[in-house]
Amino acid sequence: MNEQTNIDRRKFLERISLLAGAIPAAIVAVPIFSALLGPLLQRQRQTWRKVANLTDIAVGETKLITYVNADPLPWAGVTAKAAAWLRRESENNFVAFSAHCSHLGCPVRWEDKAQLFMCPCHGGAYYKDGSVAAGPPPKPLTKIEVRINKTDVEIKTAPVPITTITQ
Amino acid sequence: MKWLKKTGRWINDRSGFSEMLKPLLDHPVPPGSKWAYVFGSATLFCFILQVATGIGLALLYQPSSDKAFQSLQYITYKATLGHTLRGIHYFGASGMIVMVGLHMMRTYITAAYKFPREMSWISGVVLLLLTISMGFTGQLLRWDNNGVWSAVVAAEQLGRVPLIGKSIARLLLGGDTLGGQSLSRFFSYHVFLFPALIFVFVGFHLWLVMRNGISEPPQAGRLIDPKTYRQWYHNMLRQNGVPFWPFAAWRDALFGSITIIAIVVLAVLFGPPALTKPPDPSIVFATPRPDWYLLWIYALFALMPAQIESYAMFFGPLLIFFLLFALPFISNKGERSPIKRPWSIVGSAFVVIVIISLLVIGNKAAWSPAFQTKSLTKTVIATKDTLALSGMTLFEQKACLYCHSINHEGGKVGPDLTHVANRLNEQQMIIRIVNGAKNMPAYGGSLSNNELNQLVAFLKTRK
Repeated sequence: MNEQTNIDRRKFLERISLLAGAIPAAIVAVPIFSALLGPLLQRQRQTWRKVANLTDIAVGETKLITYVNADPLPWAGVTAKAAAWLRRESENNFVAFSAHCSHLGCPVRWEDKAQLFMCPCHGGAYYKDGSVAAGPPPKPLTKIEVRINKTDVEIKTAPVPITTITQ
Repeated sequence: MKWLKKTGRWINDRSGFSEMLKPLLDHPVPPGSKWAYVFGSATLFCFILQVATGIGLALLYQPSSDKAFQSLQYITYKATLGHTLRGIHYFGASGMIVMVGLHMMRTYITAAYKFPREMSWISGVVLLLLTISMGFTGQLLRWDNNGVWSAVVAAEQLGRVPLIGKSIARLLLGGDTLGGQSLSRFFSYHVFLFPALIFVFVGFHLWLVMRNGISEPPQAGRLIDPKTYRQWYHNMLRQNGVPFWPFAAWRDALFGSITIIAIVVLAVLFGPPALTKPPDPSIVFATPRPDWYLLWIYALFALMPAQIESYAMFFGPLLIFFLLFALPFISNKGERSPIKRPWSIVGSAFVVIVIISLLVIGNKAAWSPAFQTKSLTKTVIATKDTLALSGMTLFEQKACLYCHSINHEGGKVGPDLTHVANRLNEQQMIIRIVNGAKNMPAYGGSLSNNELNQLVAFLKTRK
């Protein structure tokens, strides 16, 4: 074996050894990364949930409604629940607001006498129509779809509203 | 005894333990490396404490969205010494963060990040990031009401990353909303991923200490020249170096021991953070607060002008970590002594003062409405003044009290109104209430004329 073949053989063996490691690593990485990135790969479907009877809420009233998110995992327990504020504008017109403050997602509470939504975290406040009244929120409360189904009020489940840099 | 010695010698011969450890223990360190050098090892001791107590907690914990809260109640109230174990893990985390901070500041003030130790600084910044991530995910694993809302707040902050913000936020929560998938992910990060990365980077960090040696105490006028430094350092160690064990190590051991004992004492005295309500996101009557070491960020987000906030949430951390990583490239030679680099002391003092002030302000959280104050108990109105009396009731009901104080009762979001009648006349009061102000809702739409008159009558008594 001359010097040159020895070097070639060395390079070849180096490459094949590295490749021998890299191939199974790459193969195994696929299911691991799909577990890590799963939430981006699977789209969750949303669903309609009954949250109240028409008679439960008077015109002009704003009420807390709670519901179960679409398609929760069996071990989600109480974390599958979500809340929203339902407001009856008129006889046949409802609006629902996500309970998440548009600033950093904290839960806003409705102060009925003051007719304001107030956030406990950084002092954000919203009027009854969801528009910003005070504090740091960059945009109004997020609306959730509502519909009347015979005598039921139903809302469409929705993702946690995420405020982006461009809002 | 003889038999024991023989066994020891056999084990050592076949394993090579002393061959492995002796160079580590005997490696020479510069003379005069005294108490300023103990914070790195104290951080490591805290980390080991966290691993050990973390294993203990994992024996009792249920990493499942529906059961975790119950297992925390079990650990805190039922398990033997579970309360103390949780306390040690909490104060251990606090200790680790404090020690990381001190270690970093010492490195910066004495410019130990300069040639040839740039990589030590860089791996240290990675470790800082990992330590903060551990603190944050640890707080989530408490999985009470505060834990779930903290996860949402973090998702919102990640949402500010341009273009991919929503995806990253979704990735953090493990889906569109919180649910069964969320806690499993936080558990995996906190218990496997981040600790594994910390082990890797601590190993690298320590290897660099062995390779480049610990930085000698700086001396004004002794400049670092990358061309000659390694040779100079080598000669200095040969002439004046002292073996690490035990001449330098005793301080690490003593300080580390005091740190751990202090953590245990604090844990026994104060216990772990109290558990709040169950992790039910439909319980909207919650007051999410981060643990103390993240309270300064919470304060920053309340105080910052709202217009720049979304940008600050993304560019702020990016800029800070860019500058931290860039530091050893900005200046890696020359003077190391803090006396010749007074800005390093001013800069460190500035950062410390800002963070401590924000912690104090964050702890008070004056920007949060005082929802717990429902009535004015110390304010007395003459009973014949019925208009003002009804005004006082309105002041309580219309949420004025959540943001304004009277006689030290109420919120601190808006101005104190104890003596408001000395500052504003009736007309001015009406204008403010009806139109609102920069940071006050306009009440024009929700108050009747009569109510407005009552409210103003009440405020006019506040002299």
